[in-house]
Amino acid sequence: MLEIMEGSHAVAESVGLCRPQVIAAYPITPQTHIVEALAEMVANCTIDAEYITVESEFSALSACLGASAAGSRVYSATTSQGLALMFEVCFNCAGMRLPVVMTIVNRALGAPLSIWNDHQDSVSLRDSGWMQLYAEDNQEATDLHYIAYRVSEDHRVLLPSFVCFDGFILSHTYEPVDMITQEQADSYVPAFKPYHRLDADDPISFGLFASPDYYMEFRYAIDQAMNQARSVLPEAGRVFSEMFGRDYSGLVEEYRLEDADCAIVAMGSICGTVKDAVDEMRNDGKKVGLLKLRAFRPFPVKEVQKALSGVSTVAVLDKNISLGSKGAVALEIRDALYGSQIPVHDYIIALGGRDVRRKDIAAVVASAEAGKGDIFYGLREEVLK
Amino acid sequence: MRELRIHGRGGQGSVTAAELIAVAAFEGGMFAQAFPAFGVERRGAPVQAFVRFDNQKIRLRSQIYEPDYIIVQDSTLIRDVNVFQGLKEGGIAIINTEKALTYPFPKGVKVITIDATSIALKTLGMPITNTTLMGAFAAASGEIKLEALEDAVRRRFKGELAEKNIAAAKEAYRFVKEAS
Repeated sequence: MLEIMEGSHAVAESVGLCRPQVIAAYPITPQTHIVEALAEMVANCTIDAEYITVESEFSALSACLGASAAGSRVYSATTSQGLALMFEVCFNCAGMRLPVVMTIVNRALGAPLSIWNDHQDSVSLRDSGWMQLYAEDNQEATDLHYIAYRVSEDHRVLLPSFVCFDGFILSHTYEPVDMITQEQADSYVPAFKPYHRLDADDPISFGLFASPDYYMEFRYAIDQAMNQARSVLPEAGRVFSEMFGRDYSGLVEEYRLEDADCAIVAMGSICGTVKDAVDEMRNDGKKVGLLKLRAFRPFPVKEVQKALSGVSTVAVLDKNISLGSKGAVALEIRDALYGSQIPVHDYIIALGGRDVRRKDIAAVVASAEAGKGDIFYGLREEVLK
Repeated sequence: MRELRIHGRGGQGSVTAAELIAVAAFEGGMFAQAFPAFGVERRGAPVQAFVRFDNQKIRLRSQIYEPDYIIVQDSTLIRDVNVFQGLKEGGIAIINTEKALTYPFPKGVKVITIDATSIALKTLGMPITNTTLMGAFAAASGEIKLEALEDAVRRRFKGELAEKNIAAAKEAYRFVKEAS
């Protein structure tokens, strides 16, 4: 049933439906409403979880790591500087193959301090071994949590997941969301069956020391697990659409791409604005479409190649910048299209919460068609003087 | 799609008003989206909140630049902020003011002035005008029904506080209906 609610509360509710056993988080804007709601659910016994209050994000994810290794389903949420503080623990969770699920309420990284949205935080954890899923709206944000738990805990994968949704733009927005029932959630996300767990009667160790004779094989195994996720994620998406009617069977989503000359590539909430802009441009006779990346890790190489095979220009919207290089999404798209001769133009856009309108999307498409790319879009020249 | 932009000052409940208007519109069978202008909240500082209404799912995420409606919670804002910016021709401006305004209002827009502060002081005992102005908005725009607004207020506030806010909204609703 559709209900109208704040994005953060919708996410908190869907997390609750996944029956996490241990929640550890440190409040930080704009993630706060999620963890406040979950703390309240724990206090009211709406969910049967232990809520561990900690003094930092480093401890929050460390507590999740330990609890997950002990065989519990765990949850955390953070953003921006909080995620930066978790950097080391993120790599450890992936290396120990612990299926932690964490919401990233995307926010810019300082300095200068910004509480507003871009994707620099999660994108900077690109190489950590966590799957990364991006939501376009609050419906998708809630649904991706069920999918994330199911895929992370799948024994063919056993990797942690970020569910990324845009700070303020989604987290603080009231809009209709269709919540599944507890019964439905239970059937889609069955109880966690750990592959290994810490057990005093059958002692094992996690994350110890690997000599040069073993370390590379561990890293290879994580990469292989990411490859497995390329098929397990769509499989979980297909089951979800069969059960609940919303289609997440693709690592990517194509919007009006079938006969497009110019493809816009983007991820997250900007895709909604792009879709409206695409409709307007289509009404004016411009053959434009959107390729939305739902998964950034694993990166959907084959899906990108297939979706973009017929286009003559690609415009990538990057809400991040790999300083000294390009936007992280454009680099991936260029790699996927290597040898194809399709020009890929990169637009660094909407950093630190700068608003994006439909006319901005039209301007980006015009630039791409004129062959002008690899720029920061919408810089205020008067500020740069 | 129709769009509403609310101008207020931190502490006046602009964001709550946007949320409750969206809830009421949704309960009335529309798709609705409400969001704040993501400022750093400080009491007294100019703030904005936005609402979109449509018969289909709303995908657009940009802020609102060409609203069909504006609500101005505090007429002193007009000195500092161009509250009328982008207001569509034929659009409606609802302005809270105690005295007659002498500003040159933009042409082609309908301006409704209401002393929401006095209504709020009388019914709530506090100069918090957001629910009062929601009643005025319901009457002036027809986007939301008064009953849906009452339900939305009861979902957010409990007991006597809810009923006082509803009384304030109703008085403003009647005022606008009678004035038009």
